Amino acid sequence: MSELVQYLITGVGIGCAYTLLGSGLVVIYRVTRVVNFAQGSFAVMAALTVTTLLAAGLPHGLAEVLAVLLAAGIGLLTGLVATGKPGTTPQSALIVTLGLGVFAYAIEIFFWGDQPRSFAGLPGSFAGVQRHYLLIAAVTALVLAATALLFARTDLGRALTATAEDPYAARIVGIDVPRMGLLAFALGGALGGLAGVLITPVQQVSFDADVALVVNGFSAAILGNLTRPGLTLAGGLLLGVVQALVGGYGSTAYQTEVALIFMLAVLIVRAGSTRAETA
Amino acid sequence: MIADVRDLTVRYGAATALDGVSLHVAEHEMVALIGPNGAGKSTLVNALCGILRAAGGAVAVRGDLALVPEGRHLFPSLSVDDNLRLGAWRLRRRDTAHIYDLLPGLGKLRDRPAGRLSGGEQQMVALGRALMARPDLLVIDEMSLGLAPKVVDDLAVHLRERNAADGLAVLLIEQNARLALDLCARAYVLEAGRVVAEGPSAELAGSPEVAAAYLGLEA
Repeated sequence: MSELVQYLITGVGIGCAYTLLGSGLVVIYRVTRVVNFAQGSFAVMAALTVTTLLAAGLPHGLAEVLAVLLAAGIGLLTGLVATGKPGTTPQSALIVTLGLGVFAYAIEIFFWGDQPRSFAGLPGSFAGVQRHYLLIAAVTALVLAATALLFARTDLGRALTATAEDPYAARIVGIDVPRMGLLAFALGGALGGLAGVLITPVQQVSFDADVALVVNGFSAAILGNLTRPGLTLAGGLLLGVVQALVGGYGSTAYQTEVALIFMLAVLIVRAGSTRAETA
Repeated sequence: MIADVRDLTVRYGAATALDGVSLHVAEHEMVALIGPNGAGKSTLVNALCGILRAAGGAVAVRGDLALVPEGRHLFPSLSVDDNLRLGAWRLRRRDTAHIYDLLPGLGKLRDRPAGRLSGGEQQMVALGRALMARPDLLVIDEMSLGLAPKVVDDLAVHLRERNAADGLAVLLIEQNARLALDLCARAYVLEAGRVVAEGPSAELAGSPEVAAAYLGLEA
């Protein structure tokens, strides 16, 4: 029984990190229609940056915040490169983000080498699991609530939604549509970076960890069709818990496969229901 | 002169959508632009709003222009109030209260998502959103399309009021020529990318060609 509780807590913690990654994908996709394959790189870059900042003597908290801000900047740059040229289609931009993700490997190996890195998270344990998992969940809850407030209560959030729903109309009322896209990329970068910073104390991160991360984030977001934040949260938590159970009662080797099968199942079910609707 | 289009030519690839079109709207004036589907009316709208680049000629707009686009183009998941607020995106003041005074029907819809409204209600929100920008010139693309006559009459009354009370200039782009000629003092007829007739609405309505083509009367 206590094992099950432990798996649930770790699953929720990891699932929250997937949710943050997936939410970044959702914010970017909604506003720009670009599926951002560099999303995992934002997490890796931020995580590796924290290891350096901590080694340089910066305190916890500050190091993490700086790394998340850096990830936001990297997100902005990614958006500029992928969508900066007027008339770029979302499909072309997708390929550019894929290329940028691979390019990030070179930068990461240059600065941090090819060995996995980690750093200490929140010390102590609760019900037999590291308290850090609870920290991940708490920070995720706060950040998702703040993001929801941004979209629901501020004119900037409304303008982002407006751009997502009807770019032509957004332009008519004077919203700078490309700038909103870049803002979405920066937000997505910050959310991805935060996921990386939070997950690294419980899961080592190496330069090529971005693939597993983006697959998990994508799996979480696909439940909500890459557009719905609430379902992304549900997808992330479900995925994290299922992975923890598979890892706990079976083998940790199968965790990424679980994500892929989950994603596949959602896509197949969705394709089936779309056919039923159109039939 | 608040809007001055001179000899405007717009091409899509090899196709010429507008071919040397000249048109103007003076301060406080209500002007109609009528013509059949595919005449180039919406192209002219997009050129006026700076969305399309001209291949030739010039477009000058003095003052602030707001557009009520064809098909309304509201933000469907956002509430009526949020749609209105975004109309004033360029301005610092985004208070919506005065719009509910001008268009009293919107008050009770305030918190409803715009996507759930009827066509007439949506057109009223689109008008309100454009008025939020406190424009000097309002460009309305196919205001009456798909709406019940009663709703169109309501919209026309509101336009007349804004024109009379605030001196709002209006360029009304319409397939419904009867409505357009009735509402505006002056009109242009656009066909196949060219202005084929222009003048006071009463005069145009009296010309046999316009009457036959657009008002359904025998020449």
